[in-house]
Amino acid sequence: MLHVTINGIDHEAPEGMTILELCRREGIHVPTLCDHPDLRTKGICRICVVEVKGSKTLQASCSTPLVEGMEVMTTGDKVRRTRKTVVELLLANHYTDCTVCPKNLSCELQSLANEYGLTELRWKERRERIIPRDLSSPVFVRDNNKCILCQRCIRACQDLQGVGALANLWKGDRTIIGSAFNKPISEIVCINCGQCVAHCPTGALHERYSVEEVWKAIDEPGKVVAIQTAPAIRAALGEEFGYPPGTRVTGKMVTALRMMGFDYVFDTQFTADLTILEEAHELLARLKGALVEGKSTNLPMTTSCSPGWIKFQEHFFPELLPNVSTCKSPQQMFGALLKTYWADRMKLKAQDIYCASVMPCTAKKFEAGRPEMGRDGIQDVDFALTTRELAAMIKQAGIDLKSLPDSEFDSPLGESTGAATIFAATGGVMEAALRSAWEIITGREVPFEHLDITPLRGFEGVREAALTITGVKPEFSWLEGVTLKVLIAHGTANAKTVMEAVKAGTLAPHFIEIMTCPGGCLGGGGQPLPITPEKREARARAIYAEDSGFKIRKSHENAAVMKLYADFLGAPNSHKAHELLHTKYTPRGRY
Amino acid sequence: MARKIDVVFSELEPGLALRKALGMGQDEIIKIVTDSNLRGRGGAGFPTGLKWKFARANMLARPGNDACFICNADEGEPGTFKDKKILEQRTAKVVEGMVIGARAVGATRGFLYLRGEYDYMRPLITQKIEELRNLGLLGDNICDSKGFCFDFELRLGSGAYVCGEETALMESLEGRRGEPRNKPPFPVEHGFLGMPTVVNNVETLAFIPHIILNGSDWFRQIGTAVSTGSKLFSVSGDCAKPGIYEFEYGVTIRQLLREVEADGDTKAVQIGGASGFCASADDFDKHLAFEGIPTGGSIIILNKSRSMFKMLKNFVMFFQEESCGQCTPCRAGCSRMPEGILKFEAGNGNSRTITDLLELADTMSLASKCGFGQSVPNSFRTIVSKFRDEILSA
Repeated sequence: MLHVTINGIDHEAPEGMTILELCRREGIHVPTLCDHPDLRTKGICRICVVEVKGSKTLQASCSTPLVEGMEVMTTGDKVRRTRKTVVELLLANHYTDCTVCPKNLSCELQSLANEYGLTELRWKERRERIIPRDLSSPVFVRDNNKCILCQRCIRACQDLQGVGALANLWKGDRTIIGSAFNKPISEIVCINCGQCVAHCPTGALHERYSVEEVWKAIDEPGKVVAIQTAPAIRAALGEEFGYPPGTRVTGKMVTALRMMGFDYVFDTQFTADLTILEEAHELLARLKGALVEGKSTNLPMTTSCSPGWIKFQEHFFPELLPNVSTCKSPQQMFGALLKTYWADRMKLKAQDIYCASVMPCTAKKFEAGRPEMGRDGIQDVDFALTTRELAAMIKQAGIDLKSLPDSEFDSPLGESTGAATIFAATGGVMEAALRSAWEIITGREVPFEHLDITPLRGFEGVREAALTITGVKPEFSWLEGVTLKVLIAHGTANAKTVMEAVKAGTLAPHFIEIMTCPGGCLGGGGQPLPITPEKREARARAIYAEDSGFKIRKSHENAAVMKLYADFLGAPNSHKAHELLHTKYTPRGRY
Repeated sequence: MARKIDVVFSELEPGLALRKALGMGQDEIIKIVTDSNLRGRGGAGFPTGLKWKFARANMLARPGNDACFICNADEGEPGTFKDKKILEQRTAKVVEGMVIGARAVGATRGFLYLRGEYDYMRPLITQKIEELRNLGLLGDNICDSKGFCFDFELRLGSGAYVCGEETALMESLEGRRGEPRNKPPFPVEHGFLGMPTVVNNVETLAFIPHIILNGSDWFRQIGTAVSTGSKLFSVSGDCAKPGIYEFEYGVTIRQLLREVEADGDTKAVQIGGASGFCASADDFDKHLAFEGIPTGGSIIILNKSRSMFKMLKNFVMFFQEESCGQCTPCRAGCSRMPEGILKFEAGNGNSRTITDLLELADTMSLASKCGFGQSVPNSFRTIVSKFRDEILSA
């Protein structure tokens, strides 16, 4: 235990703790910019400097470990003036168009300017964009004129995601964040996950907005506009309206969407349940091929619902694409069914329907635009909004979310189960799949209390579990006594480690769930900002609470899904199901 | 009066000091270097013996017991060229210093990190190293010892000034952008690829064989009580005999000016290059020593015909280009410095501009991440304090 003082007050701290960590523990405010709890310490913005007795220079509290007897001052004129100059230097170099900036009022630089009471800048300001924006991507906009070079995006991309699309270019005052050979985003190895956006403190990175297009679609005469909302939205949207993280706002969200003018408010959870059935049957077929017929059926099978992961695999492990489940993601299954099955029932033509979605995800924008995701020149999903965009639209519509009554999703594409809700959390797809697969195989419920397969839950980067199958139904006799090995990873840096091991043959589970973003969709790149581990945990608690609140918590008991099979698809993995609900992938390579 | 002496460029039979060192225990080598009070000649002046001691302790505490020994030959400070000369003329001595150091700390691998612009020296250095290998002074079982192996690679920088900073140098060696790391952890604990690592300047290492052969008392008799030994100075500018000079520590600027036959019209001496200090006539009796004006050895002499403004402008524009761009105070400060300085040339600079720049300089010195950023404003601060009128009327 170390004995130190901060602002003259004694504190005890464990060995290895930094000045900043102790200040946070003790509720002493120290401003930060380049520091982020998800990311490796860089110590480069220098806004968190403090005075340490005996040091000639100020010390960055984020990167300075405490030592016995250390005397720290977080206040005082020297500290205040230095921090103020640092903010001033950042601001002078920052293209400031706050009133029309998407990060207005949620910009960390703006709050610091306010905190340090800057009323004028002594240096020549950047009054116009001197670097063109990168508008090449259908997913992001990158504006280097607003970048403060904190490198949070670089670290998110490299350390959390293992992609490394972004890096520093040039040096000195010409330094910018860019890509290999300074190519536009659309031409580089980027998986569109949006973790860079989620970790950017300013308006230098944001998603490409579809808000105006959606308003226009709503008003377009003769068109039916249906919207689907992903499981993770309901556990996070409230944050944008002042609710504490982890507050569920499902019913209010549905009411708001109706008030905004969407003709039908559906739930992506409907197709999440459907995904489970398709994917479980695909897994069983692959297992049977391997175990009974001795064929190579590309095991382990990996999940396919996270579009960042799909592009990651296309770039980094194209040779393992046959291992990826052919199931489309729930967003895309939904769009395909909306414009076929539902259109038929409603006696509508596909071209008269717009499908919008609200996703916790930026990669969904790219996925919606994939050429293979549609038919007859009509995309299955027309607009993919992020949670943040939905919040903006609700505000634009003048709706006070907090005051709204709850309402229910429309039927039948709004019906779902608890199993679909937990898609939002890392491990959730695996848990939902096992709840159904186990019952399909044995006729009994999974042997876990309240159906909660707790060994699959949590935030550890890679988690493994094994389940020995016993008491199978006669048609699954080939599975009797087989130990089913499953693995879960989230954050594609973890996925990369797993895939390297799979490729090397040192890891051989049967089924792998990969979620692109840390924490799964609830920590997605399109979720409310700022993103922190605590918020991810709170959202996960909300998701599991939502699951527990469902009367039906197994995908194969979703009556609307079963009716869809009976009336339209036939059976899981049927010819029709393959035509509408399955897809193929594009090897892209690393360059 | 401090003597002009000749240690670094003196003749020395290769291997003599190394063989003597191999007869000693590691702790004994470290003790001699520590007792000599040798301090780093690159500019920062950290005690060499202490650095080795820390590295050795960390090496012993680490599983695998490996360590790394690096010679910093990224001589980039404007106005310094002594390391180039040492490497050209006394390669063996520097390498021997490295091998003795590696022996002391327990390093088996190392690097000589050569300034990119010195690429032309590569064939020469490579050949010298090969000769030493053939003599058994480098490589496996050095000097027929059983089991003492050390070898190093010659690596070239790519022209970045900041890579002379030891942690940026290691980032560069590891194949990344040359950006300084956070300290702590210091290289002696967590250096190249996480190994305990010693980074010593070329000149520092050239003294090691002499200290081993002649003992620490011999070394302490040279120089001052605080600054033992001698120092090389790279002298350029307005004088009849520019070049490299070796003096005992404690030499005054005046004595040095006399020695190099400055023309008697000297207005200022820039000590320590762009990141150093500007001395004016009333400083000329000050001593060049750690307790006086410390320096890595760059001495630029300016007579009355020279414009202090132009030199300052040259320096700040150099830093604008050479800041690594990582931390705010240095990156943004280095681009705002010229912005402010150029105002004087354009006729719209005033004493308020100087006040603003001094406050900026304070922030850079107080808050920059590495020693380079912290020392960028030294030249500005001293030039402005001594030649304020010249700047204001530029």
